[in-house]
Amino acid sequence: MATQDRKNTGARPEEQEEEPVPAQASAADTAQVTDTTAGVDDLLDEIDGVLESNAEEFVRGFIQKGGQ
Amino acid sequence: MTSSAVGPEPERFSVHRVMGTETEYGIIAPGIPDANATVLSSQVVNAYAATLREGLGNLAGTRWDYTDEAPLTDARGWQVGRQSADPSQLTDEPQILTAEQIAMVDREADSAESSVLMNLVLANGARLYVDHAHPEYSSPEVTNPLDAVLWDRAGDAVALAAMKRIAATPGFSPVHLYKNNTDNKSVSYGSHENYLVPRSVPFGRLTAALLPFFVSRQAICGSGRVGLGALNQEPGFQLSQRADFFENDVGLETTVRRPIINTRDEPHAVAEKYRRLHVIIGDANLSEVSNYLKLGTTSLVLSLIEHQAFPSVEVLEPVRELQAISHDPTLRHRVRLADGRQVTALDLQEMYLEAALVCRERQGGADEQTEDVLHRWQSIIAVLRQNPMDAADRLDWVAKLKVLEAYRSRDSLAWDDSRLALIDLQYSDLRPEKGIYHRLARRGDMEVLVSEERVQAAVSEPPRDTRAYFRGKCITNFPREVVGASWDSIIFELPSQRRLQRIQTREPLRGTAELTERLFEESADAQEFVSRLLSSPESNVAP
Repeated sequence: MATQDRKNTGARPEEQEEEPVPAQASAADTAQVTDTTAGVDDLLDEIDGVLESNAEEFVRGFIQKGGQ
Repeated sequence: MTSSAVGPEPERFSVHRVMGTETEYGIIAPGIPDANATVLSSQVVNAYAATLREGLGNLAGTRWDYTDEAPLTDARGWQVGRQSADPSQLTDEPQILTAEQIAMVDREADSAESSVLMNLVLANGARLYVDHAHPEYSSPEVTNPLDAVLWDRAGDAVALAAMKRIAATPGFSPVHLYKNNTDNKSVSYGSHENYLVPRSVPFGRLTAALLPFFVSRQAICGSGRVGLGALNQEPGFQLSQRADFFENDVGLETTVRRPIINTRDEPHAVAEKYRRLHVIIGDANLSEVSNYLKLGTTSLVLSLIEHQAFPSVEVLEPVRELQAISHDPTLRHRVRLADGRQVTALDLQEMYLEAALVCRERQGGADEQTEDVLHRWQSIIAVLRQNPMDAADRLDWVAKLKVLEAYRSRDSLAWDDSRLALIDLQYSDLRPEKGIYHRLARRGDMEVLVSEERVQAAVSEPPRDTRAYFRGKCITNFPREVVGASWDSIIFELPSQRRLQRIQTREPLRGTAELTERLFEESADAQEFVSRLLSSPESNVAP
């Protein structure tokens, strides 16, 4: 089992160069997502229609007690 | 069936085992900003009871049998004293409302005898109750992840029915419910999973094998959260709703000092044979594929543990890595292992997947649902490696992020804009016309695994292959005589008997349709049913 681990996954970190991960880089900061967002304009229109009206006040008002 | 069978065919490597989910819902009454959440939660339970009363005529609600609750028993081998326990740990005592609170729930309540219900055991075998300041739905026991998804969705349908009832009742302010895990101010509440595991598996082995898996599975089943830190101190987006609220690797608590591995040892079953692994780290999932993979892959990992075939891997600082993984939605963060390697969350998931594939090969294949989970697990890891946003039709965090990024792009919003926080919150709104997840599903943007018809049926029908069947059918068929119930007992009050009859159901895999359906069909009333049950030579419900 240990040998298999090394064979299948141990190689990857060595292959890649160490790159610093940008702070809060979003998966969407890549070109690929622009194609995706182009298709969602009509989705946003739909969501615009149902979003609670005063965002700041609504979000501020959502207070919960701790649970498990 | 072997003596500690935790599922059908327990020797086989598979996703099948007794399991269930518990969901604490977020709750507000927008019309009453300082409403007491315990009172609101009671309104939910009572509103649901009211919908049942109309359907069935004479449902009084069923008292929960607290006899077998043991919240202070630690799986590592000790008991916490009541004095040193946090009050929130004392879940073996019923919650009590003040007279004033009772009045807010049921205007007609006689102050001498409260008719306000804090607990309902449902016809589908589930429990709907007030867990401190949240309504909670505990699903009936099922034997596989797909059924778990179905009866979990049934809970959302129950919650929605209660909400609608409140909205339609004059004099009551509407209540909104959210299937999420934080208010993004400082507070978190849970979506728990339960899995039956043989008692013979040492708890230390479970802990060691599960820690790296739990630290990394959020890459697949995280629900996404706008904001970083337990106090929402930094702007941004992260994979998991729950990650920032965890502080320990292992522990008994669930409301403070939350541990990745919870050691609660309360099997609600024959303790010598069974352990109920109580998992508190998961996010509430609306996406059915996310939920299915969460339950399915975890069950597979437990099967690996039972077969002593889990990968040998140790994460150096699990809590720190849990949060670091969550805070990097590009999935590139490298986790430090004890052996010096640095691997990503997907690499960790892949170690478990590969071990699972080996196990499956060794036994020459697996059943249909196990094959399906394995296939989807493999496929989702590949998609996440290639382009995470392609998983928007299957994973909650990706679906949510896709909407968020679209708004950011269209309206030039920074991560601390309250509209993004609102989208995060409203993603989990249970109302089908308002909830963003539900809108996505309705448009066909989300992959759905169970039909609406099956969900509606699961609201009142129990699973047929666990003791949930017995529980649910007792409540449906004998609503007047069943005066108490719990996971492992049903209490009958029979006209002919002075004392209450407590029927123990300590075997989760008995009390099934196969063993008891005929008994229900052939008994004219509760009296006859109980007599036949107790005099039966077969062990229909007893061990």
